[in-house]
Amino acid sequence: MRSLIDILSLSTDEIDELIAVAEDIIARPEEYREKCRYKKLATLFFEPSTRTRLSFEAAMYELGGSVLGFSEANSSSAAKGESVADTARTVSCYADIIAMRHPKEGAPLVASMASSVPIINAGDGGHNHPTQTLTDLLTIKREKGRLNNLTVGFCGDLKFGRTVHSLIEALSRYTGIEFVLISPEELKLPGYLKKDLLDVKGIKYTETTDLEGVMPELDILYMTRVQRERFFNEEDYLRLKDSYILTPKKLENAKDDLAILHPLPRVNEIHTSVDADPRACYFRQVLNGKFIRMALILKLLEVE
Amino acid sequence: MHIDSIKNGVVIDHIKSGKSMEIYHHLELDKLDCTVAIIKNVHSKKMGYKDIIKIDSEMEVDLDVLGYIDPDITVNIIKNEVLCEKKKLTLPNQIKDVIKCKNPRCITTTEQDLPHIFKLTDAATKTYRCIYCETKAKTE
Repeated sequence: MRSLIDILSLSTDEIDELIAVAEDIIARPEEYREKCRYKKLATLFFEPSTRTRLSFEAAMYELGGSVLGFSEANSSSAAKGESVADTARTVSCYADIIAMRHPKEGAPLVASMASSVPIINAGDGGHNHPTQTLTDLLTIKREKGRLNNLTVGFCGDLKFGRTVHSLIEALSRYTGIEFVLISPEELKLPGYLKKDLLDVKGIKYTETTDLEGVMPELDILYMTRVQRERFFNEEDYLRLKDSYILTPKKLENAKDDLAILHPLPRVNEIHTSVDADPRACYFRQVLNGKFIRMALILKLLEVE
Repeated sequence: MHIDSIKNGVVIDHIKSGKSMEIYHHLELDKLDCTVAIIKNVHSKKMGYKDIIKIDSEMEVDLDVLGYIDPDITVNIIKNEVLCEKKKLTLPNQIKDVIKCKNPRCITTTEQDLPHIFKLTDAATKTYRCIYCETKAKTE
């Protein structure tokens, strides 16, 4: 029995295999409609995340399974003081697989140690969110046809953005990857990722504050939101939140086959007039999230 | 100053000067009924000054705790007043309930019964990380 807590616990071969299954689901959805019949997914969301929870639920329904769970801690026994381990032990008596989101870092790992069924980390605070990274990887694969030999730009909040950190870690395992890190000074990628990961692996990266200047180089542009909840100081948030807003004008010098990704929700960092551009992939990315979660559920439930 | 030799027990030697009380607490030596001597600031050719702990009773010393605090410490097992074994210490791969995670967002801050477990992630820099949130342990 296996859980998914951290994207790096999956080998690149396993990721490639998940992507292949997701692509097969997209090509032949009817083949998968009954794969999880009589199986139950529990979605234990100790903090609200409508998007991720609905994606998991839609994934399970499309596999013919059913779903139970809660969407905030107040409606769970956590409000009565139950431990994460006890909740996981209890729910694993009812469900075949569990997707858990929790505001505390490491909670899904604690659950996986106690549970008798697989646990999927659906986000633990600012720490890990492996199914978002799988979603991003599937999107890059579908848009570009490969996961190697790419120049990938990350723009916005590179300091607190866990989706950025995880995707950089995941892409660092593929060959020919180059990163362009675009952010205000205050929101640069943390030093440990540069020193312990990129420098150690000899991966080329450049840091800049100038989005338009680097635009022509990019194969992928990964936009992020500056998140209010990551700031202790409202003034800093207000000063930095509008640092980078992507508009059609800023895309004038971009490659014709650029792929623009965003983990969503967006606030204003991508102007809505960009949505009609065929290079805007972020809503296709949402759909990919459902397919890769379907592939992951099949893998963890060991359904052929 | 004269401190008796011990007949059967353990001598923890080459402790960095000033670290003996920390080791005393981590090994829970306060719970022992036997004689325990903490000798501070002993002259040492190699170290300048060092601390020594003598325990006048046979006991299993948690080598992982000592290895984490300082792998250069030596542990001597004494039997019938003769040194019968010198234990070599290494950095342990994992330590449990030796240090606490300081990350306020870590699950260990709200679930008090969870053991605080750290894994060695880089032996060269003696980096330990919390298994739950991966926060780096503060080195002393």
